[in-house]
Amino acid sequence: MKQFDYVRPATVAEAVAAAAQPGAAYLAAGTNLLDLMKGGVSRPDRLVDVTHLDGLDQIECLADGGVRIGALVSNADLAHDAHFAKSYPAVAEALLSGASAQLRNAATIGGNLLQRTRCAYFYDAASRCNKREAGSGCDARDGENRTHAVLGWSENCIATHPSDFCVPLVALDAVVEIEGRNGRREIALDELHRLPGNTPERESALEPGDLIVAVRLPAAARGFAAHARYLKVRDRTSYAFAVVSAAAALQIENGKIVEARLALGGVAAKPWRARAAEDVLRNVAPTADAFQETAWRALTDAKPSGDNAFKIELARRIVVRALSLAAAGTPARIAALPASPFASTSGAIHARA
Amino acid sequence: MNHSISLTVNGARREFVLDDPRVTLLDLLRERLHLTGTKMGCDRGQCGACTILVDGKRINSCLALAISHDGADILTIEGVARGDQLHPVQAAFIAHDGFQCGFCTPGQIMSAIGMMSEAQAGNDPERIRECMSGNLCRCGAYAGIVDAVLDAQASMDESNQRCSVRGAPHEAI
Amino acid sequence: MPELNLTSAPAHLRHGSNIGQPLTRRDGVLKVRGQATYAADNHPPGMLFAVMAVASIARGRVTSLDVAAARRHPGVVDVMTSDHKPELAIDPEIKTNPFVFRMEVLQSNEVRYANQPIAVVIAETLEAATEGAALLAPRYETLPALVGLDAGESFVPPVVGVGNPTENHRGDVEAGLAAAEKQIDAIYETPPQYHNAMEPHAIVASWNGDSLQIDMPTQGLMLSLARVAELFGIAHDKIHIRSPFLGGGFGSKGLMAGPPVLGIMAAKLVGKPVKLVLRREQMYGPVGHRAPTRQRLRIGADGEGRLTALDHHARTVSSTFDDFYEPAADASHTLYAAPAIRTSHDAVRVNTGTPLFMRAPGEATGSIALESAIDEMAWACGIDPLAFRLKNYAEVEPITGKPFSSKALRACYEQGAARFGWAKRPLQPRQMRDDDGLLVGWGMGTATFPALMFQAEARAVLRRDGSGAMEIGAHDMGQGAWTALAQIAADELGLDIDRVEFKAGSSDLPDAGIAGGSAHTATAGAAIHSAGAAVIAKLADLAANDERSPLFGAGNAGVIARDGRLIRRDDESRGEGYSEILARADVAEVEARGTGAPNPAAMEEYAMHAHGAVFAEVKVDPELGQVRVTRMVGAFAAGRIVNPRMVQSQLFGGMIWGMSFALHEEAITDRRSGRVMNANLGEYHIPVNADVPPLDAIMVEEHDPHVNALGIKGVGEIGITGSAGAVANAVWHATGVRVRRFPIRIEELLTKL
Ligand SMILES: Cc1cc2nc3c(=O)[nH]c(=O)nc-3n(C[C@H](O)[C@H](O)[C@H](O)COP(=O)(O)OP(=O)(O)OC[C@H]3O[C@@H](n4cnc5c(N)ncnc54)[C@H](O)[C@@H]3O)c2cc1C
Ligand code: SF4
Ligand code: FES
Ligand code: FES
Repeated sequence: MKQFDYVRPATVAEAVAAAAQPGAAYLAAGTNLLDLMKGGVSRPDRLVDVTHLDGLDQIECLADGGVRIGALVSNADLAHDAHFAKSYPAVAEALLSGASAQLRNAATIGGNLLQRTRCAYFYDAASRCNKREAGSGCDARDGENRTHAVLGWSENCIATHPSDFCVPLVALDAVVEIEGRNGRREIALDELHRLPGNTPERESALEPGDLIVAVRLPAAARGFAAHARYLKVRDRTSYAFAVVSAAAALQIENGKIVEARLALGGVAAKPWRARAAEDVLRNVAPTADAFQETAWRALTDAKPSGDNAFKIELARRIVVRALSLAAAGTPARIAALPASPFASTSGAIHARA
Repeated sequence: MNHSISLTVNGARREFVLDDPRVTLLDLLRERLHLTGTKMGCDRGQCGACTILVDGKRINSCLALAISHDGADILTIEGVARGDQLHPVQAAFIAHDGFQCGFCTPGQIMSAIGMMSEAQAGNDPERIRECMSGNLCRCGAYAGIVDAVLDAQASMDESNQRCSVRGAPHEAI
Repeated sequence: MPELNLTSAPAHLRHGSNIGQPLTRRDGVLKVRGQATYAADNHPPGMLFAVMAVASIARGRVTSLDVAAARRHPGVVDVMTSDHKPELAIDPEIKTNPFVFRMEVLQSNEVRYANQPIAVVIAETLEAATEGAALLAPRYETLPALVGLDAGESFVPPVVGVGNPTENHRGDVEAGLAAAEKQIDAIYETPPQYHNAMEPHAIVASWNGDSLQIDMPTQGLMLSLARVAELFGIAHDKIHIRSPFLGGGFGSKGLMAGPPVLGIMAAKLVGKPVKLVLRREQMYGPVGHRAPTRQRLRIGADGEGRLTALDHHARTVSSTFDDFYEPAADASHTLYAAPAIRTSHDAVRVNTGTPLFMRAPGEATGSIALESAIDEMAWACGIDPLAFRLKNYAEVEPITGKPFSSKALRACYEQGAARFGWAKRPLQPRQMRDDDGLLVGWGMGTATFPALMFQAEARAVLRRDGSGAMEIGAHDMGQGAWTALAQIAADELGLDIDRVEFKAGSSDLPDAGIAGGSAHTATAGAAIHSAGAAVIAKLADLAANDERSPLFGAGNAGVIARDGRLIRRDDESRGEGYSEILARADVAEVEARGTGAPNPAAMEEYAMHAHGAVFAEVKVDPELGQVRVTRMVGAFAAGRIVNPRMVQSQLFGGMIWGMSFALHEEAITDRRSGRVMNANLGEYHIPVNADVPPLDAIMVEEHDPHVNALGIKGVGEIGITGSAGAVANAVWHATGVRVRRFPIRIEELLTKL
């Protein structure tokens, strides 16, 4: 790990000022940043430790019915907050399907949003990687890429964003509150992560010094609580990143879907909101056929970026399943294996001939 | 630049001067305090061998900078038993053969103790398996680990008061 | 001690109640308290930290290292490179015996595989050494890497495994295939796998003049010591290696590899104790791995479902500079009674570290292919897989025609099947679903592993205070040597286990051979057995020759040693405590040595193997293709069971490795660079707790009078064999999709479901 200066700001303003310098990085729990620093992938000159800042570790219920989650709230504390988990069950389920209990205890909400890709070539400092070093090339493009993107990728980068948490968040129209050099602003989570295009090294909409102070879920997001699920297919039962995942949330009235939310994980450089597909479900009954059509719509633009065509078909099937699970209703308690196909699926599998 | 920090390690409050901010909690414990019970298996948050409790919560000490945890209360495997009396989880690991080589064991035990205070798994073996999945065991002692956790929980439920984890008296270092 | 006159060796019996008891681990308290000292836990005064820099190319040459940058980093003490290092006494490329593998210890700037050590940075702190190594920023002259099973011209190696013939045959395979009514001709692929013991390889080395103190996990204390002695040109008695606990080995800590040698060199260079611990990614190269294979199985069966021929060919790889060939096809030698069998191997050379034995080398790799193919044939014949295996049950070892020293495989099949409920299995695949609609499948595999014996020596002592000692340089990698061998020692000394001081894990004790091949308990146990016999014989002689002893004259009748007393075999009312005998003879202790070794005559006559049957249930999501094992039952017959509690743990561990082989682990190598892209524990998946279902291991009773004096066959590796195939076959049974590339991945199932 490269030598760095360690700064522990007393206030958000101090933090922003300290982090705006070139070579500076925010340190939250460090479960991603330290990993990357140990691998020589990130080599910051200065760490601005935000973990001692006051007031960023609250989960607040807002007057308008929404919720505001401080950036320093731990993944575990949020998932285990009974009120939060009841109101936003898919978010809690996604959190609990990520990493391990130890990592979730440490990891912060802000850090989770801004965790970097798990692309093996990004992690391998000896490989060419446009994200790590702009313009150097992309060794994943013709390399071992079965887990890479099938949506929104470019020739310059085919990496995916690995967060589980972000997937239901983007489906539920989460908003990110940012404190920057020019004061506070907020953007939709959907705008936070950028697709690679020609500048894969620019991963987010954040400017130097920008500190995420909170994530907000609007009141409307609670309307899906009765029908919201997260489903994550993995190469082992737990402690693994998603091969593909999906968050599905429905509002069902009198047997018809009034509103649907759908987002995919593990398929693109950002949590992938499938808006066009959501439209398929407006004012229709929650049937297998409707879900199939939704799945096709969600993946219309998908194309393999390498050895990963299977992810497109897998994504379609996950969409159908996640929607079926959501339609069946949110279980009273999160399953023993959160988001796993091996959590009891309560009849959501449709036996096919 | 030197940084002074203070930590409570297994009950004893200690002040340190850190000459290097890069030191992780794991390396501080192992290489500077010579508390080598905590193990390094991957150094990257991928195995759980380095699990310790920080302010009562289990975390991977390899991905935690010591300097950032200024003021924290740390419990390691060395601080779990009361003198000669093993913690119920420790005793149950022996009784159920919850290890072979023993290298993952300090991490497993700290993780199990942390898991119990999280109170999410209850006595459902499936939930315990999931909640203990952050601790790899290459020897494959998982069956014994789950049995040990169930057994320790049962015995701790019985003698609830006596076995409070957080309040355990600690050996001085 | 006075000279003792031994009379003709009478048949002294030794009794104890230890062997066979499920004692808990005697090192358990140390381990659960974090007090068991693994190598990297040592910290001699003045110790410095050494960190290796490793190559990021797989083939070529290091052209420059920025040594100055590393040296500038505060705390860095020295940088060891091919130009700046202590000289070795012999060229590390010279293979002085078959158990010496070539290693890279900075002898040149050539790079022959990725993650090869190319420099070592020594510093006052771990942080400084680690960053110092990064600052070296090597430059290379890179040559195209040889990668994969088709990397170049194939050749037939002279031997496979440890000295096995490359080809074997019995009967006419082609004729057998031609005559067959049903034929299977299928190709199975297995990936490179890495041992990945939880404890990274580590060494703490301290020189004191020309003596050398080493803390290092090793499965072969004496082999390692001999290698260090020849590399550094020092006498054996100048070296002391301590290895009381290994954090797992699985074969990767059997022989001296380059990194620990670098640690010793570094200590010499700086004149201070040095600790060198491998980073996890550095374990994917210089410390061995299981080579990938591509196996072709051709099997013929007649109209009744009887095998007519079995042809098993395996392609594997070795490194460009040394030879180890995964003996995968040999798995077909022992299990099924085909009248014609041929096994053969060929190989290509690639830019990897030299492959090595990894838990069940060859057996595991070959077993998953063989058991899959047998399953395919059973299905082709329309016969239940268990019935098919019974139909082709080998009464004698098929490849040699030798009788088995013992073989309780029928009982394994029977007991395992009964416990699992196999009888209810539908013959057709894709017939079963659970309440949630998940596909359910049941599969089985036969397990087998040879019962090997190596050489070992032990020293036994009986003391005047009534206690005893047993000394043997044995290794505890987690299998439980501290407990199982102490149990044997207690029985062999006729003492309560708490009265026996059991010493192991150090090179100043008698040579226990290597802890591998599932032979350690048998081999060390045999040495302990004979040392115990010898020391009891000495004690018995003391008593029998002493007129004052109630045992006077018992020489010919023999004695029984039990509970610290010798008693006459022909009159159990007459006996005397060890202490009294020694006190009267006025000696502080008696001591004797004993050896354990294979019995060539028995080996000539018998085929010796442990056997087992594994049954697995998997669930497969019918649309998403994710697989989970939900139940496994194994029944194993492995001779005498010294400690059922620990044997169960070993068998469970093996079964989990089998599941991992079938479903999880795989090193993914970049075709262009030759680098392993998942050289970590996050993406190189081994099973986590949630992957492991309730397991059941039945220890089937088996008495084997031929394998060794104690009748022990060994259980360390057999659990993987059979299990991998059982899981793979269960996946087929759940889905109707036969995947022949391992591990079975989602994409292989997804489109065919
Ligand atoms: C072995 C392993 C397995 C994992 N598996 C999963 C998984 O299955 N699913 C999943 O979703 N995640 C997984 N993770 C990732 C984990 O969720 C992240 O590491 C964690 O959420 C990051 O949080 P942190 O607080 O540690 O962030 P840090 O590591 O401290 O920071 C991460 C990044 O965010 C920046 N940052 C942090 N906070 C702020 C802020 N408030 N404002 C601006 N910038 C900020 C940092 O500068 C840094 O660039 C895994 C991690 C590991 C090590
Ligand atoms: S896919 Fe993106 S992150 Fe991966 S190597 Fe290519 S540019 Fe880098
Ligand atoms: S050493 Fe910390 S998780 Fe592996
Ligand atoms: S006991 Fe060996 S790794 Fe768990």
